[in-house]
Amino acid sequence: MFDELRELYQEVILDHGTKPRNHHELEAPTFRAHGHNPICGDALTVYLMVDDGGVIQDASFEGRGCAISMASASMMTEVIKGRTVADAHRLFGSFHSLCTEDDYVLEAADAADADDLERLNVLSGVREFPVRVKCATLPWHTMNAAMSGEDEISTE
Amino acid sequence: MSEVIETSDVGAGDNSMLAFDVERVRADFPILEQTVYGKPLVYLDNAASSQKPRQVIEAMNQAYETYYSNVHRGVHRLSQLSTDHFEAARQKAASFLNAASEKEIVFTRGATEAINLVATCYGRAFLQAGDEIVISHMEHHSNIVPWQLLRDQIGIELKVVPIDDDGQLMFEDYERLLSPRTKMVAMTHVSNALGSIVPIKDVIARAHEMGAAVLVDGCQAVPHMKVDVQDLDADFYVFSSHKLYGPTGIGVLYGKSDLLNAMPPYQGGGEMITTVTFEHSGYKSAPHRFEAGTPAIVEAIGLGTAIDYVTAIGMDNITAHESGLLAYATERLSQIPGLEIHGRAREKASIVAFVMKSAHAHDIGTIVDRAGVAVRAGHHCAQPVMARYGVSATARASFGIYNRRQEVDVLAAAIGQVREIFG
Repeated sequence: MFDELRELYQEVILDHGTKPRNHHELEAPTFRAHGHNPICGDALTVYLMVDDGGVIQDASFEGRGCAISMASASMMTEVIKGRTVADAHRLFGSFHSLCTEDDYVLEAADAADADDLERLNVLSGVREFPVRVKCATLPWHTMNAAMSGEDEISTE
Repeated sequence: MSEVIETSDVGAGDNSMLAFDVERVRADFPILEQTVYGKPLVYLDNAASSQKPRQVIEAMNQAYETYYSNVHRGVHRLSQLSTDHFEAARQKAASFLNAASEKEIVFTRGATEAINLVATCYGRAFLQAGDEIVISHMEHHSNIVPWQLLRDQIGIELKVVPIDDDGQLMFEDYERLLSPRTKMVAMTHVSNALGSIVPIKDVIARAHEMGAAVLVDGCQAVPHMKVDVQDLDADFYVFSSHKLYGPTGIGVLYGKSDLLNAMPPYQGGGEMITTVTFEHSGYKSAPHRFEAGTPAIVEAIGLGTAIDYVTAIGMDNITAHESGLLAYATERLSQIPGLEIHGRAREKASIVAFVMKSAHAHDIGTIVDRAGVAVRAGHHCAQPVMARYGVSATARASFGIYNRRQEVDVLAAAIGQVREIFG
């Protein structure tokens, strides 16, 4: 059982979880949304700066939560920077599958996302911990809501 | 009542005549034989809901298999038997709380519905704009939100008694908040998030001096200690069955007769009326006035059996056993570097909430779960308490009658694994 825990809490996750990147507010963001998981009380705000060409120039988040949600938010903001809004939507879908589908293979994703999904694959350990899937996906749901013009999203 | 099956001789591990023996109690709980991820189950989430002894399970099965029918309706044999058992459960609840009469016991779906019932019916009859309701900072959401709903409907004000850093009610602040405008004090007897025992008898006495009624949320008190509503002089006292080793879907509202009978009904329907015409309906007196529709019959009978069960063991024995567990758990967990216990009131029930410097409560919960240990990780439906201590979540180990000292050791070892991973 300890192996599954080690698989979940890999070094990369512990590193991002304890020292999250882009963990600050963005002034005058193009999009912003607040995400909340009412079951556990975890809450975070995602900020996106998007240029006229639809490219995400900057991304950040504020909030606190478990190691999984902090690491996921941290890695998400790194991955989506420089990508288009359409890319980010697509990545969200692939990441969601990665965290929930046992038979998901990285090759199924768009070739342009291969490197990013390879990085995000460290979070796929949540598949063995169903109640923790929402921890990993909350930041992505929140980003998705922000890009869709919603102010708030609540999982469950 | 001659054919009512006597359940008072329910063999609670034969503990009634002996010193408390946790192994005999454990033998009554089939679920404790389970393994989780190959590890023996260590169930420390009793404050959320407790497990059920076979006596309760069997009593409910027996009801369904031998005498189940609707209550208070039929002239037939089974209806009479069901009614007798159902009303016997009410009598047991009355004795358990030392109510003056079983007519003061209203069956509800649980404590939440009981509080909503009082907020709605007492509020509608006796409160008006400008009146104040006093609650504490450590209420469960179920003793906050019903009063906020009432506030938004009729314009009352909510006042909140602060708690100190140890999680104790700040009594002088409570006294200062009381005024002639205070019409209701709604307070927990034991905090579900911190374990603090509130000096509820003193709280009630002060409220009565001001002419305010008092509702006590007893969910976390009745599983752990003897409660006497007449000694406390509580106006309303509520608890849920499922935290007292009984089934879900049933709870108790105790209310003084004169108050209950002065309150309008909660829901309309069958069983709560005397006569119905299209012009007018007459209502029964309490408790039936508040029990519209077919009640949770078998659940009430299960609750009655759970009450028999803990009564046979003896509430004093239970308190002593759990106090030992609390002291040992507090000592063991306090020794773990980076671990901080939330709630260090002098008077506590067997609840230990904690946080760790290195790991979030959810990560603690996930890791100890793999060691077979069930704890709650989250806000415990008490978000104001979390805000008070500046955390979003805590991990909480809560102990019941079947827990053992060695289970505290398993928890401590599992927390050791948290430290291995998170440092």
